[in-house]
Amino acid sequence: MIQVSDLSKSYGARLAIDQLNFEARPGEIVGFLGPNGAGKTTTMHILTGYMPASSGTATIAGFDVMKDSLEVRKRVGYLPETVPLYTDMTVFGYLKFMADLRHLPKAEAAVEETLEKVGLLERAEGYIGNLSKGMRQRVGLAQALLHKPEVLILDEPTIGLDPAQIIEVRNVIREVGKEHTVLLSTHILSEAQQLCDRVLIINKGKIVVEDTTGNLQSTLAGGQQAQITIRGEAAQLAESLKNVSGVREIKLLAADSLQFSYESQQDPRPQVARAVLAANFDLLEMRTLSLSLEDIFLELTREDAPKEAE
Amino acid sequence: MRNIWTIAKREFDLYFISPVAYTIGFLFLFIVGLIFIINIGSLSLNQFGFSSAPDIRIVTGPMAFLLLLTTPAITMRLVADEIRMGTMELLLTGPVRDFELIAGKWLGAFLFVLTLLAFSLVFPILMNRLVTPGIDQLHMLAAYLGVILLAAAFLGLGVGISAIFSNQIAAFFSTLVLFIVLWWLIGAPANILPSGGEIFRYLDMSSQFYDNFNSGIISLSGVVYYLSLTALGLFIGTISIEVRRWR
Repeated sequence: MIQVSDLSKSYGARLAIDQLNFEARPGEIVGFLGPNGAGKTTTMHILTGYMPASSGTATIAGFDVMKDSLEVRKRVGYLPETVPLYTDMTVFGYLKFMADLRHLPKAEAAVEETLEKVGLLERAEGYIGNLSKGMRQRVGLAQALLHKPEVLILDEPTIGLDPAQIIEVRNVIREVGKEHTVLLSTHILSEAQQLCDRVLIINKGKIVVEDTTGNLQSTLAGGQQAQITIRGEAAQLAESLKNVSGVREIKLLAADSLQFSYESQQDPRPQVARAVLAANFDLLEMRTLSLSLEDIFLELTREDAPKEAE
Repeated sequence: MRNIWTIAKREFDLYFISPVAYTIGFLFLFIVGLIFIINIGSLSLNQFGFSSAPDIRIVTGPMAFLLLLTTPAITMRLVADEIRMGTMELLLTGPVRDFELIAGKWLGAFLFVLTLLAFSLVFPILMNRLVTPGIDQLHMLAAYLGVILLAAAFLGLGVGISAIFSNQIAAFFSTLVLFIVLWWLIGAPANILPSGGEIFRYLDMSSQFYDNFNSGIISLSGVVYYLSLTALGLFIGTISIEVRRWR
């Protein structure tokens, strides 16, 4: 449904996105994760025909986003990050305007149906300028859903919402995602974990990871990790643990505890336990650590994080 | 084409909830009315009745000049404000061609000015009653056609300039400066140059209006001139949106 190959965009000398390759299939919710300035919004701008790419191609529903921009824009629903709205229009008036631009046959019915979906029916006659941030976000979402697009592109759809609204919006996205393709950007990792079938992690304009949410946690962790606490000097123990087969990386956590990673296929934990005792230490605790998406994300984007923060 | 109408309709409706539009409309009609009354008054002061019958020029003459001053305020917001508010992103990612957007904006403003001009018809109707045997209606038609074409050209250029800026004030002053050049300055070389000055006279917005339409002459070259300016404005607007995408 969405097919992106070798897509690059530069602003002057700065490369905002660098040879992106990914795809999204029908009925799939793809999460687009990355720190601020990673290139998420730029990618979305290119996909929605807002700006052209410097090189590479992207197609949506078989149409090239540059050559058949108008066809693409007909099939895409887009919620920009800033949720731009006409504050001097009523909710209904605004959505009717957008429905007319999209040539919807029964514009009014479509508007009402969409308002129902996002739970704004009772505010239809209110002016957008008087709505709260969360309400506006929902108006923006309604605008994106209005024409039942084949592809929905949402830039930070739940930002600024209260917890109840976040759940509502997520439900709407999940519902839409059953039939349509959804590409959503977020930096709330739990959201990606809950909502998305697949996650793309992008950093400094490059995709660092692309995988299903489930796989990501197990494979990306670089195997499994365990932490042990002993009575005695952990540094001494680390020396002897190096010889245990299957143990990959050892990291000292404190004077009496360390962490090690291992291949999940050849679980070396029993050998490690024996090694601890053989080295004359008391084993106080050994537990496995499971990495959350958060850890993975930080791990992958860590080296560049200070630069991104400027 | 349908999109042009959708956008025009929104703009047109917006003028009627905007205080700026009401102020402009009120001032426009008030000043035209004032000049009308002063003219009628001074002409009728003559003890032998009207010294000369007033004609439509006492209405359309000031209107043309007032359009020069007010249209920059009508058009400054049109595209610049969309850029500032970020709603441009919605329109540019919606299924709207860049030209449709600009043409729709222009049409909305044009319909608003046509509404003002419709209200101003009150003056010729009044004049028709005051003067026997009535005013020269063909002259009136020509003069009003001139005002309408002039408005179309002003608004076209204004929309084009509004698309270049994201700041309304910048758009307003740039538009006004352009109008002043086209109204007063561009014709000047025609009086200085020994030969070849015709082209400058042709490009002079005010002489095209006052020498032709306002004097009761419908000149084809004048029609072409004003329509070309309108098209040029819309073209500039479309191009600057396209350029904006590539930046």
